[in-house]
Amino acid sequence: MNWLGTGTDRTGKLAWIVVLAILVLAPFLGIYPLFIAQALCFAIFAIAFNLLLGYTGLLSFGHAAFFGGAAYVTAWLVHAQHWTPELALVAGVLAAAAAGLVVGLIAIRRQGIYFAMITLALAQMLFFFFLQAPFTGGEDGIQGIERGRLFGVLSLESDLALYFFVLVIFVAVFLFALRVVHSPYGQVLKAIRENEPRAVSLGYNVDRYKLLAFVISAALAGLGGALKTLVLHLATLQDVRWEQSGEVILMTLLGGLGTFAGPVVGAFIVVGLQNYLSDRAGAWTGVIIGVIFVLCVVAFRKGIVGELLAWQKRRKAS
Amino acid sequence: MTEIFGVPIQALFGQLMLGLVNGSFYAMLSLGLAVIFGLLGVVNFAHGALYMIGAYVAWFVMDRWNVGYWWALLIGPLAVGALGVVIERLLLKRLYKLDPLYGLLLTFGLALIFQGVFLQYYGSSGQSYSAPEQLSGATNLGFMILPNYRGWVVGVSLVVCLGTWFLIERTQLGALLRAGTENPTLVQAFGVNVPLMVTLTYAAGAALAGLAGVLAAPVIQVTPLMGSNLIIVVFAVVVIGGMGSIIGSIVTGLVLGLLEGLTRVFYPEASNIVVFVIMAVVLMIRPAGLFGKEK
Repeated sequence: MNWLGTGTDRTGKLAWIVVLAILVLAPFLGIYPLFIAQALCFAIFAIAFNLLLGYTGLLSFGHAAFFGGAAYVTAWLVHAQHWTPELALVAGVLAAAAAGLVVGLIAIRRQGIYFAMITLALAQMLFFFFLQAPFTGGEDGIQGIERGRLFGVLSLESDLALYFFVLVIFVAVFLFALRVVHSPYGQVLKAIRENEPRAVSLGYNVDRYKLLAFVISAALAGLGGALKTLVLHLATLQDVRWEQSGEVILMTLLGGLGTFAGPVVGAFIVVGLQNYLSDRAGAWTGVIIGVIFVLCVVAFRKGIVGELLAWQKRRKAS
Repeated sequence: MTEIFGVPIQALFGQLMLGLVNGSFYAMLSLGLAVIFGLLGVVNFAHGALYMIGAYVAWFVMDRWNVGYWWALLIGPLAVGALGVVIERLLLKRLYKLDPLYGLLLTFGLALIFQGVFLQYYGSSGQSYSAPEQLSGATNLGFMILPNYRGWVVGVSLVVCLGTWFLIERTQLGALLRAGTENPTLVQAFGVNVPLMVTLTYAAGAALAGLAGVLAAPVIQVTPLMGSNLIIVVFAVVVIGGMGSIIGSIVTGLVLGLLEGLTRVFYPEASNIVVFVIMAVVLMIRPAGLFGKEK
């Protein structure tokens, strides 16, 4: 079951192919494709977040700014400027990366909880920017976005076409994250997470490594948000709020920090839960999310995948 | 009427006073955060929610039992402090050996719970709460009209902040607290009940937030969201001031409130973000914060 954690080894690859096959078949098995597409967008977001917290040890409390910011940029370009979806997506990702560069440059000057507070504060600043900027539609957001034609040819209006488009991007992001984590660069990130002064003394320019990790994470978070606007036809303030930053933390924590399957599992559970609760629970949804958060931190810090891995390890040892 | 830089002087001083009122809340909340962080190593994200609950307690006792403002000033902090005891004993206690990030995450979850519960019962629209008769009305100072209640808020907050500073820096109890921050094991060995001290410290920090909430109830709309919007600004204030110094948090809070008020006069669009911009600039120049020490 090691594949859940590292994403490699032989049985692991086989298992991931099975998961992929299920995802490909899912819309034909009667599962609503937009639901899975939405969950996949959040899974991309959570993978991006996990790169930063799980593998570099940096807790960003402002990732919603990149997720929602890219959503606004893409939505505006498609809706008001009539760009094709792929160009708008690229622009959204670049915008998120640029924002990530600025926020990262400021935030990596402090560590630990200060890093978390700084990212939260800067994200709140971006929230007010989006609230007041003329192109975002204020409290209403940008609604009724048409998905357009991919490369000007392939229409994404059908939910099925869009689903496969999202799935392809998700697989690409997953493989990219896998590559990053298992590359020499990823090893340095882990070294920084484990013992920053030691990494410094070994001659690594820690700040540069952290900054690059932050930019990559912001860009991927932006990709998730930009895709989400195409899935749901809208970009709203909801995506840039601090609650959203908290939600992605919850997804990663619940699934399993620093594992490969964790963020994906967490994203599906949280999105599923929200969809299920939205018409049944009203404001209790926030309370339930908060309770899960508290339980995770107090009693369940390894998350679902982390606990599975620990359980398997114990079984092997005995 | 006299003008400064094209702004009527009355409006300028009015906004400055409002800024000072906000600054008083920043100071009280960041002070509580600093005290809690000092001893527990926990950044209390729930601080905004505790402030909100303080305001609701004041409104609730008035609405239900017709218990007035003066009693609320006592009941609010006590109720919120009691809640703090429960939070610390039940939850936070389990996290002290872990990375401080877990404390932040736990209290974040608590903030979501509190906010959600109040949203469920009271909705997102505000409750109004009026100041007591003795403090209503306004005084003409010549250069400006000062609403009495605003002056009262600033005065109380100054007294409370300086009192806390005195307690921590100048008394026997404060010395124990500071020693506990440095080396809890050693303090325990001297026969001090450190776990109790930790619980009471968290409760005191929470009570400060509750008191700020009661003070705020008559000047702003009491809503479930009033705390979450404020706490993020207070975090920025804490980053600017650095959490190491008590006087630092008080001064930074008041000054930033004033700067925010000035911005509201000269460039209102930026008043929401001016604190964050200042934070970014300070981090570029002095990463440890204005009063912090580089470790």
